[in-house]
Amino acid sequence: MKPFAYHQPDQIPDAAKLLTSIEDSKLVAGGMTLIPTLKQRLANPPALVDLSKLGSLKGITDDGATITIGAMTPHAVVAASKVVQAKIPGLAALASMIGDPAVRSRGTIGGSVANNDPAADYPAGVLGLGATVITSAREIAADKFFLGLFETALEPGEIITAIRFPVPLKAGYAKFKAPASRYALVGVFVAKITDGVRVAVTGAGPGVFRVPPMEAALSGNFDPSAIAAIKIDNDGLTSDIHAEADYRAHLVTVMAKRAVDAALS
Amino acid sequence: MQISFTLNGRPTTVDVEPATLVAELLREQLNLTGTHIGCDTSQCGACVVHLDGLPVKSCTLLAPALDGASLLTIEGLQGAPGSNRMHPMQEAFREHHGLQCGFCTPGMLMTAVALATEKPNLTEADVRHGLEGNICRCTGYQNIVVSVMVGAAAMHAAKGE
Repeated sequence: MKPFAYHQPDQIPDAAKLLTSIEDSKLVAGGMTLIPTLKQRLANPPALVDLSKLGSLKGITDDGATITIGAMTPHAVVAASKVVQAKIPGLAALASMIGDPAVRSRGTIGGSVANNDPAADYPAGVLGLGATVITSAREIAADKFFLGLFETALEPGEIITAIRFPVPLKAGYAKFKAPASRYALVGVFVAKITDGVRVAVTGAGPGVFRVPPMEAALSGNFDPSAIAAIKIDNDGLTSDIHAEADYRAHLVTVMAKRAVDAALS
Repeated sequence: MQISFTLNGRPTTVDVEPATLVAELLREQLNLTGTHIGCDTSQCGACVVHLDGLPVKSCTLLAPALDGASLLTIEGLQGAPGSNRMHPMQEAFREHHGLQCGFCTPGMLMTAVALATEKPNLTEADVRHGLEGNICRCTGYQNIVVSVMVGAAAMHAAKGE
């Protein structure tokens, strides 16, 4: 790693100021993506702004109809949270499937969502539940947040402080993981909410996306059989050494069925 | 920068560059070479240590994260005070041949102890899921899984006494 300056602000405005005033500086949350990136010298920021001293970014709040998870809350805490397990068990299950125990100790929901890795798990949960991303400056609906490969609606200097999830009627997540990295080869999050069903897919393409035909079919009949015959188009899906686009398209249907099963169980 | 933390129960203060990894700090600056660096890409788990009781990969942890925290490495694992024995998880690995070359063993033990501490009654499925981030190229995992189950039971039996 190239040397860098290290800042540990204890106020969100100070963190935002550092981020904008030092060109090419980076935020570090759990570091599960950033540290490997620095080690490979794929990024050489002159300074890191560590968010770990911002106490207000940690913790889970139950607001009745919604659950708000602080950006610096690690995956292990979400997975073990009694509140999340009781109200959105599909989200607790998703958190328990990320990486491995050591990754879940350090990796954070805010880091995962801000990074928007095309094979990360949380973007599927955030988009699938129609959550709201709360930042230092504003609130952004999930449908407007994820823009593509590692790209989000975040402006320079904008910091995610929390994610607010509406409590669904039912929700489930299923993923087919790449065996070495445990990233999603394909992961599907399905949520039944009062005004319909949302289906969000990660891993299959350059960014998380919804599947309207499956949403329509499941709104009429929330059962795996309703989507068994729906296969998404290969166009635009990822082909790499792990799987070809056609296989990923097939897996979307299989994982969507399993996610509905998980939501029903 | 100067950081202060508790290392295996002892207060420790060191000067580090912010870009220092905890695995490097332990091995090269503090001469604690029980923590192994296998892949150095956060996949193999040979470098697992406990940060405030939680398992973390020390090759993917910057030294500043230690400031004010408590760190436990493989050197800090020990049996009951005065017993002159190893930690129950280490005893189980020895008894049940949970290692061959031993390179992955420090990380396996640290992950296993964290797993057993977090959940009292581990099933085989829990152990296999919990060891996903630790790679062993010798054993085929069968004896590691057996060792962890026996070690976890011994840890909880010792606690109950």
